Amino acid sequence: MSEQIDQALARKYDAGFVSEIESETFPIGLDEDVIARLSAIKGEPEWMLEWRLKAYRTWLKMDEPDWAHVDYPKVDYQSISYYSAPKSMSDKPQSLEEVDPELLRTYEKLGIPLHEQEMLAGVAVDAVFDSVSVVTTFREKLEEAGVIFCPISEALHKYPELVKKYLGTVVPRGDNFFAALNSAVFTDGSFVYIPKGVRCPMELSTYFRINEQNTGQFERTLIVAEEGSHVSYLEGCTAPQRDENQLHAAVVELVALDDAEIKYSTVQNWYPGDEDGKGGIYNFVTKRGLCEKNAKISWTQVETGSAVTWKYPSCILKGDNSVGEFYSVALTRGRQQADTGTKMIHLGKNTKSTIISKGISAGRSDNAYRGLVRMGPGAEGARNFTECDSLLIGDQCGAHTFPYIESSNPTAIVEHEATTSKVSDDQLFLCRQRGLDPEKAVSMIVNGFCKEVFRELPMEFAVEAGKLLEISLEGSVG
Amino acid sequence: MLSINDLHARVEDTTILKGLDLEIKPGEVHAIMGPNGAGKSTLGYVLSGRDGYEVESGSVEMNGKDLLDMEVEERAQAGIFLAFQYPVEIPGVSNMEFMKESVNAIREARGENALSSAEFLKKAKDACKQVELPLDFLKRGVNEGFSGGEKKRNEIMQLIMLEPKLAILDESDSGLDVDALQVVAKGVNSQRDGERSFIVVTHYQRLLDYIQPDYVHIISNGKIVKSGGPELAKEVEASGYAWLAEAEGVDA
Ligand SMILES: Nc1ncnc2c1ncn2[C@@H]1O[C@H](COP(=O)(O)OP(=O)(O)O)[C@@H](O)[C@H]1O
Ligand SMILES: [Mg+2]
Repeated sequence: MSEQIDQALARKYDAGFVSEIESETFPIGLDEDVIARLSAIKGEPEWMLEWRLKAYRTWLKMDEPDWAHVDYPKVDYQSISYYSAPKSMSDKPQSLEEVDPELLRTYEKLGIPLHEQEMLAGVAVDAVFDSVSVVTTFREKLEEAGVIFCPISEALHKYPELVKKYLGTVVPRGDNFFAALNSAVFTDGSFVYIPKGVRCPMELSTYFRINEQNTGQFERTLIVAEEGSHVSYLEGCTAPQRDENQLHAAVVELVALDDAEIKYSTVQNWYPGDEDGKGGIYNFVTKRGLCEKNAKISWTQVETGSAVTWKYPSCILKGDNSVGEFYSVALTRGRQQADTGTKMIHLGKNTKSTIISKGISAGRSDNAYRGLVRMGPGAEGARNFTECDSLLIGDQCGAHTFPYIESSNPTAIVEHEATTSKVSDDQLFLCRQRGLDPEKAVSMIVNGFCKEVFRELPMEFAVEAGKLLEISLEGSVG
Repeated sequence: MLSINDLHARVEDTTILKGLDLEIKPGEVHAIMGPNGAGKSTLGYVLSGRDGYEVESGSVEMNGKDLLDMEVEERAQAGIFLAFQYPVEIPGVSNMEFMKESVNAIREARGENALSSAEFLKKAKDACKQVELPLDFLKRGVNEGFSGGEKKRNEIMQLIMLEPKLAILDESDSGLDVDALQVVAKGVNSQRDGERSFIVVTHYQRLLDYIQPDYVHIISNGKIVKSGGPELAKEVEASGYAWLAEAEGVDA
């Protein structure tokens, strides 16, 4: 059996092509001048530069974390370029017609057509290529509803007060090593603002693409949902196949004010490196949301890419009756390493959180769930339910679970369930006896294992996620 | 349609089948009886090509083709169906998805078009009705939380859906009460059409009251030691398998 599974798992990465696009890229290296130049290119307000420099100075004093269950050569932060943009973007295109056709072709190849008439109905897309946002679709329609959805660099010009009010309020500049670095050098990302009482009329989606060599991608996303508003946001990520490791250190901040709801979904397919662990993206991401009274934040993630993942989308349940959810599928194969999970910080009364984590390990990969549930002294009647399931494919991979529970309120209830299972010979034989080839069989079993999470994805993307898993597990045809 | 000649097969280091011969013509029902550990399930696994069951010598031909040369899924596509003695669960994969993939994989291998959703659904509902499984079983995970009897009926439901050329039923009667047994038998009988062949493996004669076999074979210590008509099953019912021990010097 293991032989068939190995074949089924022989990797194929569809998004691994490189686009021939002329770029303006900073020389490698990082100091205060680089940050000043970056800020100047973007024409940022003075306070923004100050903010970045403070973050940089904090970062200099910090050490890279080493507590995660991952093992990789230290990143040399001086050998990375901190800004890269397609040349054609220097005079920012005013409309889609002015965008470099090669760039549009790149997104088409990835299955993300940016021409509005061809787009998935009801999904607005912001496409971020290396360090800049290329195009945002369906803007007018969103503006009618009062929704702001634009690159954060643009928001800094158009809505500086809004950005200033919320930036760094959920993930402070000095929160952790990678967040501090991001705060100093972030280049672009999306800004979303949903006014009071508004239900965003369509799904919002950002596609991140790293193209240039030796560049890092440091995007920053900020989503603010005013009282009683509602938004569903999805991010997708890919990168070319390269032998060098590339760094991706993003920060995502969500603010859900009273009675607001934010659903944040990720389908992450960064290049995972080759069979022997050469190349691939280092995905070191800080994602956190703040819930005010009766607010709800739901994180759903399907992670199949990256060489090393370090990621813990979290919720601070500050307001009474607020709700946090985390649904995750993390698939590792080859030499991939993932240390991912969530933190649910219960501060308000009757706050509720649900964690469903599905880890799938194949090949010689390592997959760890790390989760913290903290019940603060004020978390009267708070509840958490955690389910943490691991599925092993073959016998050379690892699955680990690190649940941390801290409770300072005796009325709070924390439930934790964990299972580890294998794709068994019996299951594989049953599927094959019913006419399915081994690849199809494995992908069906894995999809079944992930069902509870896929159910949480927006309709349009549930299918995509299923296919992504299938491709990730597939050997020959893609 | 199936011709087994002097088949020797082993699991790990133990030879289990030790020279088994069997000839099956289209439309025939062959019952295989024998004590626990005789090699009945092993025969089903060897015919369906399960990994770990290694053929040492002998041959198996199906409609002139060398069955032993084919992968598990190729045999299934060629029309071999095994109803499992212990059906396994596949959590989260609904019976419906499972059968849809399966039916269409087999149709594709035969050069037929995939069924439309409507055609498939109708077929699946009919199959459920035949084995008296409520329709919501189509939405439930494959065998997930099913009772023993439900699992067995679910196997027959799959048999009906997949329309095999040779169905091997491995103790589809074990653990069933009389009512459930009749349901299973009715489902199987509905698939007898003069073309489809069956190997009905059972420990007890009881099932054969409901599924009338054309031939009954007694297997012991990896070979067929006695063959006959339905009356042979009655004999076993009356005298058990103890006589085998005397005849063969084998534990019964
Ligand atoms: N995986 C296995 N490893 C070793 N021995 C096995 C294995 N499977 C079956 N056997 C042995 O093969 C013999 C026949 O088993 P089986 O075909 O299941 O018998 P039956 O179905 O007639 O009860 C038994 O002695 C059993 O212990
Ligand atoms: Mg048996």
